[in-house]
Amino acid sequence: MPRSFIFRNPSILVFIGCLAVFTVVVTVLSEGFGIGFLSTSFIKTLGKTLALCLVAISMDLVWGYCGILSLGHFAFFGLGGYMIGMWLMYERTRDIVVTSMASAEIPPTQQEVKDAIGNQIFGVVGSSDFPAIWTLAGSLPAQLALVVLVPGLLALVFGWLAFRSRVTGVYLSILTQAMTLALSLYLFQNDSGLRGNNGLSGLQNLPGANNVPQAIISVWFLWGSALALGLGYVLFTWVVSGKFGSVIRGIRDDEARVRFLGYPVEAYKLFIFVLSAVVAGIAGALYYPQAGIINPAEMAPIASIYLAVWVAIGGRGRFYGAVIGAAFVSLVSTWFTSGQVPSIHLGFYTVDWVDWWQVVLGLSFVLVTLYAPRGIGGLFDLISGRIAPNRHGADLGPGAGSLQEKEAIE
Amino acid sequence: MRIFFLALVALLFLVSPLSAQNGPVQTLLQDNRAKIIKSSRKSIQPTIDAIASSGLPQAQLVLQKWQAREIWQRKADGLFFYGEKAAPKAYRLFDFDSAEPVGEFPKKQLKLVKPNSGVRALIGTSLVQFQLNDPDAALRRAALLSIERDPAVELLAPLRASIGAESNVDILTLKQRLNTLLTIRFDTDPETRIAAIKEVAGDLGVDVRATLNPLLTTDLAFAEGALPESKNIAAQRVVGEDITAAAAYEMLVAANRAPTVTTANEIRKVLAAHIVGGQVGGAAVATLDDLGARIKAYDNLAASGTVPPRIAEVEREATLASFVFYDLYKEPAKAVTDAARKTLEGIQTRVGFNQALDLGLDALSLASIYFLAAIGLAITFGVMGVINMAHGEFIMMGAYTGYVVQQIIPDYTISLIVALPAAFVVTFAAGVAMERLVIRWLYHRPLETLLATFGISIAVQQIAKNIFGTQARPLTSPGWLDGAWVLNDVVSISYIRIAIFVLALAFLTLFLFIMKRTRFGLETRAVTQNPRMASSMGINPDRVNMLTFGLGSGIAGVAGVAIGLYAKVTSELGADYIVQSFMTVVVGGVGNIWGALLGATMIGSLQKGIEWLNPSNTLAAQTYMIIFIIIFIQFRPRGVIALKGRAAGD
Amino acid sequence: MNTILEVSGVSVSFDGFKAINNLTFTIGSAEMRAIIGPNGAGKTTFMDIVTGKTKPDEGHVVFGEKAISLLRLNEAQIAQAGVGRKFQRPTVFEDQSVFDNLLLALRKKRGPLAVLFYLQSREDRAKVEQLAMEIGLKDQLERKSGELSHGQKQWLEIGMLLAQDPKVLLVDEPAAGMTPEEREHTTGLLVEAAKTRAVVVVEHDMEFVRRLNCKVTVLHEGSVLAEGSLDHVTKNQEVIDVYLGR
Repeated sequence: MPRSFIFRNPSILVFIGCLAVFTVVVTVLSEGFGIGFLSTSFIKTLGKTLALCLVAISMDLVWGYCGILSLGHFAFFGLGGYMIGMWLMYERTRDIVVTSMASAEIPPTQQEVKDAIGNQIFGVVGSSDFPAIWTLAGSLPAQLALVVLVPGLLALVFGWLAFRSRVTGVYLSILTQAMTLALSLYLFQNDSGLRGNNGLSGLQNLPGANNVPQAIISVWFLWGSALALGLGYVLFTWVVSGKFGSVIRGIRDDEARVRFLGYPVEAYKLFIFVLSAVVAGIAGALYYPQAGIINPAEMAPIASIYLAVWVAIGGRGRFYGAVIGAAFVSLVSTWFTSGQVPSIHLGFYTVDWVDWWQVVLGLSFVLVTLYAPRGIGGLFDLISGRIAPNRHGADLGPGAGSLQEKEAIE
Repeated sequence: MRIFFLALVALLFLVSPLSAQNGPVQTLLQDNRAKIIKSSRKSIQPTIDAIASSGLPQAQLVLQKWQAREIWQRKADGLFFYGEKAAPKAYRLFDFDSAEPVGEFPKKQLKLVKPNSGVRALIGTSLVQFQLNDPDAALRRAALLSIERDPAVELLAPLRASIGAESNVDILTLKQRLNTLLTIRFDTDPETRIAAIKEVAGDLGVDVRATLNPLLTTDLAFAEGALPESKNIAAQRVVGEDITAAAAYEMLVAANRAPTVTTANEIRKVLAAHIVGGQVGGAAVATLDDLGARIKAYDNLAASGTVPPRIAEVEREATLASFVFYDLYKEPAKAVTDAARKTLEGIQTRVGFNQALDLGLDALSLASIYFLAAIGLAITFGVMGVINMAHGEFIMMGAYTGYVVQQIIPDYTISLIVALPAAFVVTFAAGVAMERLVIRWLYHRPLETLLATFGISIAVQQIAKNIFGTQARPLTSPGWLDGAWVLNDVVSISYIRIAIFVLALAFLTLFLFIMKRTRFGLETRAVTQNPRMASSMGINPDRVNMLTFGLGSGIAGVAGVAIGLYAKVTSELGADYIVQSFMTVVVGGVGNIWGALLGATMIGSLQKGIEWLNPSNTLAAQTYMIIFIIIFIQFRPRGVIALKGRAAGD
Repeated sequence: MNTILEVSGVSVSFDGFKAINNLTFTIGSAEMRAIIGPNGAGKTTFMDIVTGKTKPDEGHVVFGEKAISLLRLNEAQIAQAGVGRKFQRPTVFEDQSVFDNLLLALRKKRGPLAVLFYLQSREDRAKVEQLAMEIGLKDQLERKSGELSHGQKQWLEIGMLLAQDPKVLLVDEPAAGMTPEEREHTTGLLVEAAKTRAVVVVEHDMEFVRRLNCKVTVLHEGSVLAEGSLDHVTKNQEVIDVYLGR
């Protein structure tokens, strides 16, 4: 019943409309396709923000709807980025190598080309051999499949282990954080096969499109990110709207009860966890070609916590809230840390925003948690008059996710 | 005329020492005058020996003064004296034979004997025999030390000679030990060496291993046909297993026993050099993007005689088959190498055992650090159920408090004594403030607490960065904490780690005391188990929560001082420990101090164990440790010490 | 009357404390049974064992005509097999409407994919409305269940149990905190349910038990002390000593 699905979720139409208008306006204002009002680097920032919004809604799916506070979604995001980055870097290096070898007296053999690519890519970590994980790097379809498969598989294995042993709540959060830490530490090693802390670079160059200027490529990626965000939004809204949504919100609020109703709770959690990890991977694959570089520091546990911060500030349990939070906080952060915001002179001390923005962000996050748990999205409730259910007993807090905690029951 | 005059003076100089009533030392020196003045490392040895073996009582004095560059030659008559500075540009000279001063001379009339460093080293070696018998025990020790540092074959004889006359028991032991080691290295008689080798069996000293190991060094060698019987061979190397075919063939090529294999690279070079009009070896250049095609083209060139024939891989195999490769001991005597190997194996077993002990101590000290970092968390998270992501920042705050105190009080011991309570007070206050302002509104909402405290964590971290800068600040430990407790050459543990261990134990005791023996502990347990019941009994849960949280934070601050002594103080100090701290509490089992202790021990020893297996890579060690923990949680989801039954609340 | 649930020789201990001690208990396929006993007698632990929340140290729990052992199944599988449980405190999904709550409980395929592609059919809707009628919440279908009164939540939960269509219903203190009229309604619901399935009620309130008018099992220190009609067990001297007399 697609008609009733959209009818029941009017936010989809509003959201898709806003996204389409945004994309068209940005395209018109861009250097590549329009009047050139917006610089290419700003277009890239906007495109990256759209990718961040996509990972934010996948965070909202696991946290806001299913109650799993994953502090590992940036690991999936980064893995997606690494997978596409391998193809971009391989093909780009191949282009360069083939061009430089074309001037040699004798045309190069396949092996010679491959060796030269390996030399170029891995020289920085003192190696020249291709690790096994690069076997498919030359094939775009394979790497695109890996963008989905690698984060999905990691989420599947990790989630299966964690959910099976009934690790919930903060324990699960800590465990996901540990997973992220382990992964980033592993990637920091030079012999991890992904160039250690150098990461992958030069990803902004699209192989096969050498003559296309960045001004155009940036708009392409903006379109791609907007399309992915739109599709992700619709998919997730569909997932959480029907009976399935009812089950996962039930799991969030009272996991044991859902289990006693006969639902295999672990399977549901695993489904949601893997689905969101896959979408996070896709978001990463869209983000890093626009960022141009990826390294293990991007996957540090702190990044995933920031993701939770965005979703919380935007308002969890509603996808547009996650989008607003991610877009707002990441853009404002970029602005403040870029040094463009004028310093405040207090006479005895000058507040330099590059130094103090972090403090403001941290404290405002505390304030949001304490006083505005519905986040920015809560403002829409004031407009639409959505009222919270009247809960029994003592106030358990506005965050519905808190209900699933055992402490709330005792 | 002038030349004649000079010659006359020279003659006078030569004659005059003889004519004057010189003592035996001066005579000896004059005999070797030319060599002493223009000394060189290559030719000076006989002169030094002549002085050393002259039997004169002043021989040592001469050598010492010579080595110290204090011998002066009087220009007027060419006599040698030793001198000291008497006035600017004037020296007081002494006669070697009589040790009487001869008077003061301006520098202009004197010429300094300047042995170069090589010569001085030789003199030093020669001096050793005097020093070994010197009446001053400290000098004898110093001489032994210099021999140990720089052993040489010629030192063996003087060392042996000095043993008999040694009266000091300690020094005698040292001399005998050194003698044994030098015998192993330098003695010419294999039987004596083997006896000496057997003597050091089971000795854990680094010097013993440093002496024995070189005996077993090998060279890679090859022979045609079978292994040569006459040589002291360590092991045969099978091509393809113990040595790669490429490396083995390389050896043969280097020894001119085999022709060079034509590599793919060479083929390409040769072909490139023979391109004629877009063609080479009968093939178009454009078609040569394949190794097979290149080989064909090369063979065509070879067939026409333009290039040497190609040696293919197949031929390499055949050549290699006719050779054997083996490791050849540098030491020719088989009995010696056998004895050395046997003794070394025995030592290695003991070293391994001691290394395990050392590893255990390392693990213990790492465990105490984790325990210190986690004990505050065991209170706030374990007892109160509050997840405090800013716990690491309390540790960091404590460390910076220590640093600030050290800036004010320069004496490291006093500042440390002040810093510990100061850190407690600062972080206690911070903890109470945080509990009052944030956490008490979020009890029973752990995920919100996690995020809010994380917000505090990033704010505090940035504030610390703004105040103290990004570079690491030193927190210097007092002098009495420097150094290490050395059990033997393998096992040692630094005092600072012992102090941290003691501190961890003290905290464990303190915690147990507070929780089990004080009114406050009773109230805390009551409040955490049933707040409503506790408050109806007249306990103020607000107050208890506040104080408990303050206590946990305060302990984190003290831990921060301890960790700061051991690591550098940065704003990220706490963040480095936070995940491990949570792991410690989770692995151990929440709500139980023994759990935290067990968790810390497990994680500490695990990390050290993994590091030991893969010593080059601490990153990998941490990765594997976390993976292990994730798997561990599968089997004990509630930690090692888990509450069972309905009390567990599951 | 054939047996639907058989618990035999079950023991479980927590940190040395024997919560259930060699307990044996059987119930027929359409029978109402009340379980009474002092605090700590093991009533809730008994339910935990049957529903798979707690694994016993020894003993057997056999269920249904095919005599499947419940000990090898997890909570969800036991619930799917046909054991429903109502908790002491009403636990409904407060953030969701009464309709959604009942729909969630409706006997349907429980797998994630089946649920993801589930479409509401007319019959399902009718079934939910029928159930809502039975539990007296017909007019509240679109309200959030968090807004219901305590008694209404209890009914909703019983309704959700009925929606699961279980063969055995375990009900923990259904009458606690209810007004006399609400109790009346609850009794009616349970008696009606017991006509087609086994219903086990754990209750402290003797008056309520009397109204259920069924066989009573008295638990004490983890094992069965007495069994029979309410009048029979209340005359038992042991029962009076450990439970009623105090």
